[in-house]
Amino acid sequence: MAKHHVEAIVNGDMVEFLCETEETLLDVLRDTLHLTGSKEGCSSGDCGACSVTLDGRLVCSCLVLGCEVGGRKIETIEGMAKGDTLHPLQQRFLEHAALQCGICTPGFLMASKALLERNPNPTETEIRYWLAGNLCRCTGYDKIITAVQDAAVAMRKG
Amino acid sequence: MAETTNGTNGHSYVGTRTIRPDGVDKVTGRARFGADYNLAGQLIGRVLRSPHPHAKIVSIDTSKAEALPGVKAVITRDDFADMPSEFIPAGEMMMNYKDVTRNVMAREKALYEGHAVAAVAATSAVIAKKALKLIDVKYEVLPHVIDVVEAMQPGAPILHDDLFTVGVEPKPDKPSNVAKRVEIAQGDIEAGFKQADVIVEREFKTAPVHQGYIEPHAVLATISEDGSAEVWVSTQGHYIVRAHCARLLGLDIGRIRVNAAEIGGGFGGKTVVYLEPLALALSRKAKRPVKMVMSREEVFKASGPTSGAVIKVKMGATKDGKFVAGWAELKYQAGAFQGSPVQPGVMCAYAPYEIEHVKVVGYDVVSNRPKVAAYRAPGAPISEYAVESVVDEIAKKLGIDPIQLRMMNAAHEGTKAAYGPKFGPLGLEETLNSIKKTEHWNTPLRKWQGRGVASGFWFNIGGETCASLTVNEDGTVSLMAGTPDIGGLRASLAAVAADELGVPYDKVRPIIGDTGSLGFNFLTGGSRSAFSGSMAIVEAAKQIKTELCNRAAKLWDLRADQVEFSGGHVRALGAAAEKCAPMSLADFAKVAGKTGGPIGGVGRINAQGAGPSLGTHLVDLEVDPETGRVTILRYTVAQDAGKALHPAYVEGQFQGGAVQGIGWALNEEYIYGADGKLQNAGFLDYRMPVASDVPKIDAIVVEVANPKHPYGVRGVGETPIVPPLGAIANAMENATGIRFTELPMSPPRVLKALKEKGLNKKD
Repeated sequence: MAKHHVEAIVNGDMVEFLCETEETLLDVLRDTLHLTGSKEGCSSGDCGACSVTLDGRLVCSCLVLGCEVGGRKIETIEGMAKGDTLHPLQQRFLEHAALQCGICTPGFLMASKALLERNPNPTETEIRYWLAGNLCRCTGYDKIITAVQDAAVAMRKG
Repeated sequence: MAETTNGTNGHSYVGTRTIRPDGVDKVTGRARFGADYNLAGQLIGRVLRSPHPHAKIVSIDTSKAEALPGVKAVITRDDFADMPSEFIPAGEMMMNYKDVTRNVMAREKALYEGHAVAAVAATSAVIAKKALKLIDVKYEVLPHVIDVVEAMQPGAPILHDDLFTVGVEPKPDKPSNVAKRVEIAQGDIEAGFKQADVIVEREFKTAPVHQGYIEPHAVLATISEDGSAEVWVSTQGHYIVRAHCARLLGLDIGRIRVNAAEIGGGFGGKTVVYLEPLALALSRKAKRPVKMVMSREEVFKASGPTSGAVIKVKMGATKDGKFVAGWAELKYQAGAFQGSPVQPGVMCAYAPYEIEHVKVVGYDVVSNRPKVAAYRAPGAPISEYAVESVVDEIAKKLGIDPIQLRMMNAAHEGTKAAYGPKFGPLGLEETLNSIKKTEHWNTPLRKWQGRGVASGFWFNIGGETCASLTVNEDGTVSLMAGTPDIGGLRASLAAVAADELGVPYDKVRPIIGDTGSLGFNFLTGGSRSAFSGSMAIVEAAKQIKTELCNRAAKLWDLRADQVEFSGGHVRALGAAAEKCAPMSLADFAKVAGKTGGPIGGVGRINAQGAGPSLGTHLVDLEVDPETGRVTILRYTVAQDAGKALHPAYVEGQFQGGAVQGIGWALNEEYIYGADGKLQNAGFLDYRMPVASDVPKIDAIVVEVANPKHPYGVRGVGETPIVPPLGAIANAMENATGIRFTELPMSPPRVLKALKEKGLNKKD
């Protein structure tokens, strides 16, 4: 069967690509569009390393098919910083040493951003449950939670 | 340590929380991990794996797969030369080369479900997958054995006809699954027990657990017509990958250049080769680059977890709390090939304590499971969990506070360890004191809540290390290390280089060099990379400072002893100081060409004197009597870092290790069916802790300087996973009155134990 022709908006840019039916959005992002910031940890939606937003909604891109995203807006880790300015979450992750190996970091940042857009003042428990779909094996989550809390404060101050 | 750090204008970066130099790349998605590398014309490689836990491979027919359009290479056992039985050191363990070649590609038999049997390279992943289905493997299925105790029984299915137990007299005349017996002893164990007023004897069982790194194994390899090869790989040791690949493919080491990609976690699991030799063999056949990435299922089924084990412990103490005798017997699963971490398990079991009479025996046992790989303090969490549980029982029997009991028996400077050495300065007592002083220790608990404490020990290692510093044309500094940076190494080494050379931290750019750029480096493991790497950087900086002093002396027409390096400058001493303006690195860089050429230093060392790191953990938990679920309420780690080069990343090691230990204690396990197949090869069913499972982990960095390191550093990465198992089991006993002797303490197991005691009702 012929490949699907898909047009979508990725990080604000119109893109078009061809994909097989079984290719996931993650495959398309990584292999076709060369946006390798989204990571594949499990391909079953259990680790969150491939988190992106689809029309503003947080999804595991390994659970979305490439041919499903026609006409939709996708935001990935590559679109998080604006020009020279890191997003407050990115900055706080650096300042609080909220990453060790860094493989889960793009997913945590995308998930945390989605949280703070919906709830600018989450409790620690709310942060922990929101991020329960993202696995980190290095940090024990401690510094990630602190970084998100601190970024929330900074973002509320504007 | 002020005397060893120059700093910039008195400022020292060592010991501060600098921003990691590789950080921006990692928060923006730029950082390139193993699977992020691609080459033009690359093929995708896939592995065919055995569906049987134990089977003779009668024949492999690859002709149909080779005929599929798009398939460029197929490899099997026939593409690898057999290797002789020869043991080589591999970190804290030994591996037999005959086994290494059989683990990367099965030869006579498939020895576990997931064992590689063939591999293909094709123009797309879809074609590669189709090709796997076209490979016809004829198996003769054999009886299998999964459990460690069953594997030791007479009559158990034998994995290797040529495996005869080493370390027993008389030498066995029949093969068995027990590869070896090891023993350490000091004093007279029987006499020790005679001195004891109280003796506790218990048997424990632990499940195999996986390292659980989030990044699956990934490699990109290319080999040209003249045998020159280049590899990009997620590994803890790219020199080790190079050595294995050279040997398995019959190539000269110098022909292979291995680049360490950013590594998405390893914890010991990326210290061996799986895909790398396959990708190279496929590339050699296809004459194109080959990329291979494991699925999560493959990671679980075919890469190393750590051992499950059965442990017996018997300890004796006098009524005033002095430990007088410690005996233990450890049976560790090695997986399909010998080489479990039972030796370090044996050595660490009683290492935290000063005990006159000790005897520990260990058995290394093969069964039809994936070959174990190192996992953070390999072997130690298992044996120390058992001992720490028994220590807690002794404390209870004697009515002595568990911290106090540990304090009374703590190993310290001058203690002779049962495994041999006499310890230098040790920080166990300081960690116990730190825990005792916390508000956490002194907070009351409610019903169904419990508090536990346990200590832990790991040796730490040094080893062969090479790192370089180069002064660039503008006076900035390039730092190259040869051990993959798995959790902040570049930040720590850049701080050391900045302090040693007196330049700002952001003028030092650290990278991880490939195997062609630096001399041999042993891998990142054993908590060695910051310890050894910083020693190599200090040496490289020393060479630069000496060279600059020599150049300044020539420029100023002074003798070498009339100049010195301090505060980032070479200065003339005495009367000459007035007419010779101090020269910075940047000043020398400008005149480098005229004064002798490029400026740099290379530290080439075999680092000795790694000081053990000891830690004590304190945990509060709550048991839900209706479901058996355990919730961790509060957690505090105190551990000796010697000197924390970067306190935030040291804390991160403590916190991460503690949470891995929580997973090991409460939920994680390999679950096999009667068919010998793994039933939970995915993150949904192999349940690692998530953010909502754990509280904040308070980290107390204790610093008892290691006198053998210029900054006092001790490795910190391994020890944090040692105490949690015992601490949590002790807290469970405190909460329920039940001594849990089997891990994980998962809800079904806890509920069953509560029901047996009639405790499964809330009141």
